[in-house]
Amino acid sequence: MNKSYLKNIIASATLLGSISFATLTQAADTIKVGVLHSLSGTMAISETTLKDTVLMMIEEQNKKGGVLGKQLEPVVVDPASNWPLFAEKTRELLSKDKVDVIFGCWTSVSRKSVLPVIEELNGLMFYPVQYEGEESSKNVFYTGAAPNQQAIPAVDYLMNDLGVKRWVLAGTDYVYPRTTNKILEAYLKAKGVADKDIMINYTPFGHSDWQGIVSDIKKFGSAGKQTAVVSTINGDANVPFYKELGNQGVSAEDIPVVAFSVGEEELSGIDTKPLVGHLAAWNYFQSVESDANSAFIKQWKAFIKDPKRVTNDPMEATYIGFNMWVKAVEKAGTTKVDAVEQALIGITSPNLTGGMAVMNKNHHLSKPVLIGEIQDDGQLEVVWETDGLVVGDAWSDFLPGSKDIIADWTKPTRCGNYNVKTSKCSGQNF
Amino acid sequence: MLLKTLPRNVGLHSVFALLGILLFSAISPSVLAESRYKNPDVDQLAKLLSDLPGANFKASALLIKEAEGFVKQAANPELDEVLSGLFGAYLKGKLYFNKSTKQLLILEELDGKLSLKDPFNSALLGEANKKEIKKIRVNNRLRKTLRKSIARLTLFHPHQEVRLSAVDQLMQKLSDENVSLLKEAQESEKSKTVREKIDVALALFALDHADPAIRKQAVTTLAGNMEPAVKAKLDTMLSVNEQGEHLEPSKAVRMEAQSALASIDLKRSIYGFFETVFFGLSLGSVLLLVAIGLSITFGVMGVINMAHGELIMLGAYTTYVLQSLMPNHIGLAVLLSIPAAFVVSGLVGVGIERGVIQFLKGRPLETLLATFGISLILQQAVRTIFSPLNRQVITPEWMSGALQINPVLSLTYNRLYVILFSLIVFTLLLLIMKRTVLGLYVRAVSQNRDMAKAMGIRSEWVDAMTFGLGSGVAGLAGVALSQLTNVGPNLGQAYIIDSFMVVVFGGVGNLWGTLVGGLSLGVANKFLEPATGAVLAKIIVLVALILFIQKRPSGLFPQKGRSVE
Repeated sequence: MNKSYLKNIIASATLLGSISFATLTQAADTIKVGVLHSLSGTMAISETTLKDTVLMMIEEQNKKGGVLGKQLEPVVVDPASNWPLFAEKTRELLSKDKVDVIFGCWTSVSRKSVLPVIEELNGLMFYPVQYEGEESSKNVFYTGAAPNQQAIPAVDYLMNDLGVKRWVLAGTDYVYPRTTNKILEAYLKAKGVADKDIMINYTPFGHSDWQGIVSDIKKFGSAGKQTAVVSTINGDANVPFYKELGNQGVSAEDIPVVAFSVGEEELSGIDTKPLVGHLAAWNYFQSVESDANSAFIKQWKAFIKDPKRVTNDPMEATYIGFNMWVKAVEKAGTTKVDAVEQALIGITSPNLTGGMAVMNKNHHLSKPVLIGEIQDDGQLEVVWETDGLVVGDAWSDFLPGSKDIIADWTKPTRCGNYNVKTSKCSGQNF
Repeated sequence: MLLKTLPRNVGLHSVFALLGILLFSAISPSVLAESRYKNPDVDQLAKLLSDLPGANFKASALLIKEAEGFVKQAANPELDEVLSGLFGAYLKGKLYFNKSTKQLLILEELDGKLSLKDPFNSALLGEANKKEIKKIRVNNRLRKTLRKSIARLTLFHPHQEVRLSAVDQLMQKLSDENVSLLKEAQESEKSKTVREKIDVALALFALDHADPAIRKQAVTTLAGNMEPAVKAKLDTMLSVNEQGEHLEPSKAVRMEAQSALASIDLKRSIYGFFETVFFGLSLGSVLLLVAIGLSITFGVMGVINMAHGELIMLGAYTTYVLQSLMPNHIGLAVLLSIPAAFVVSGLVGVGIERGVIQFLKGRPLETLLATFGISLILQQAVRTIFSPLNRQVITPEWMSGALQINPVLSLTYNRLYVILFSLIVFTLLLLIMKRTVLGLYVRAVSQNRDMAKAMGIRSEWVDAMTFGLGSGVAGLAGVALSQLTNVGPNLGQAYIIDSFMVVVFGGVGNLWGTLVGGLSLGVANKFLEPATGAVLAKIIVLVALILFIQKRPSGLFPQKGRSVE
């Protein structure tokens, strides 16, 4: 076992070596691609995978002859899960390395810290993770799900298919769960759910002692109405949560938990027994059978040299974003940000799960939404999906503050925060 | 494909032959099925369920109902058992089928090997070849249907436990079918506990009876019962509808229901209190475990060890490594990892002490920075060796689930074990410090190093051993934590602040202080949590602690008779 780890270390060392070597040899005629994902610190667990995905896509594109006849050259930096460092590294990528595009960020707070810099220096970034919405920057393309592409369909599924009447909105205490839960609460109330049938609970990052909360959920769920938990609990903290649910005898049939941040990658590190039957909502599952998907999985396993590695939704978002960028650059005939930005709108690219994703004028994608049940092998089996594509909504229609706001980056509007009632552009895009 | 392999000149004969083969293969499964089982009823059941492989969820649900109906009609206890066994395997995702013969199979683990069993006659069919079989898929809705079916099939099961859980299931959905079954069971039921449960279920049903007298009688039966279904039902009875009318028309029944509900609420709040105390003690025992190692290194030796959390993490990873070395003996691996983690973390601790800390004696700031550096090194080392992803530590069977005391109060086994474990560790540590030569030396050195040296104690050796002991105990905490939370590179970080908090609160250098401090912080946290939420509860505890330290700088149990440096 240790040998293979050692091999990995050597392999990654040589990879790094070859990257810097590549930098030296082909200095002039390359297109530089910035990769801004944490490789150390708390977020390394999720973000390292995306860095590898981008590198894999670049390698493949270079085999096909690069873009515009030039080879792509990755510039990998490590913002180390340190939010202010994300801004610094972005500045470094844009003004020192002069990259043409950045693929990066995971947490909302890191994206928020990048935004002022990328707008100031007019860079271009693809953000591949599901997030809370309420944002549309000229310089950012959002290839992950907006709340209406994940949270709202999941609630619809629970309400219509499972007959859920009582709701627990449980989340980690930071911007994504707070905003998502605000949207969901407004949505549920609009659907006629009474105040007493909604329970909202926030816990700190990495919370591990769920006894009291699970016991409360159990009590809340024993009022004779079908209850479900909508979980925006972040990453790691889910595991002890599910474990406690299992130990206290709450099964997925009694109180299903639908999670927005639990995917194949997170499941691969844990004992899935207590999770079987619980739900997750995403735009992609590894288990979906399609030619594009099996080719992607095969390519990934070969690239990462580990047959056990899994694929997940943010990887698909990275895949779509990268392919769209390549297409747009070829369409625009240049890598200049403004031209590519305009070319990107309306670009289509195949999803891994079948069908075509479309980049809309609000810089969000149209994608299908899938709901899966967790299986004991750590995969998710699709139990429900939307009929067609769902258009990503930058500004939620269910929040009083953003109901009338849209984002439209086509001429003549060119605005990320446009009020359709007053016909004014606030200029504040986030 | 088959046609291609045939010679060209075979002509009509072979076509007929081929047809014959096709025809035969089409009917052969049923032919086989007929000859497979002796009991004609079982045989029929097998035939009925032969459509299950490849059926979609909706069709499967229908098949389940059909099979249950068939079994009920046959009125053959043997069939009941066969079908409930099959459904049980189905429910747990252990029901498979052979890809070529479509035969249903149950996958079982026998002596660490996966073997197959015929669900209809329990015949063992040898070791499983994962390539030949496919799982019969199950989703939540099917699980629900299956559970209800199993409950109906096992209501007359010879084991009391099984009957009890069957009644529990049926109580959740009191359809006419279930009620008539329960009534039937009530007559033949011998066990008192099961009969009482059936009485409750039937009383619940009687609450909807047209006759107020019967309803009142039912309410009286239910008074003081703590089943959640009872409280929910009584609550609805007492509520008013949109027109402002009471859902329960009779005032007498309402009065009765009110007093029944009051008695239930009182009981629930009492048990709720015990539950919170238990939660608090279990959180407290985790705090005790993570802090007690620190209470030795920080408290007794005065070393601010920021790498303490990472020593805990190493303990958890030791559990992971042992489990992956012996995948067939998960429980044993956890037990073995207790001494192993102690040794691993202890050795690393001795290494840290010899390699770094001994050179920084008396310079707390530098020690703090150096150990913080070590903690980062250890984290990154684990990331490179094991990957930044969390590792999977499996909870053994005997640590999952809960001890059900009554419908309101249940104590989870993993927490019970951790409470027990932390108390054992505490006692052992106390004995070591109070009753052994090492303990004597440690106390001597910590109280007056020069004097101890003058008495011939090798203070260097004592330092290394003490630090090793504290680190080893941190490793033990890691084993416990691997059963409660994620095993990943950041495991330690989450606990380092808590451990310092407990040690400072309890009084530096006092093991009893750590015990009382850890447990009381845990209980305080859990009592605050329902009122304030988990985030605010933590903040309040921290603020209260700071205020307390202002008042009593040396904690709950200050060390006496020692000059404070």
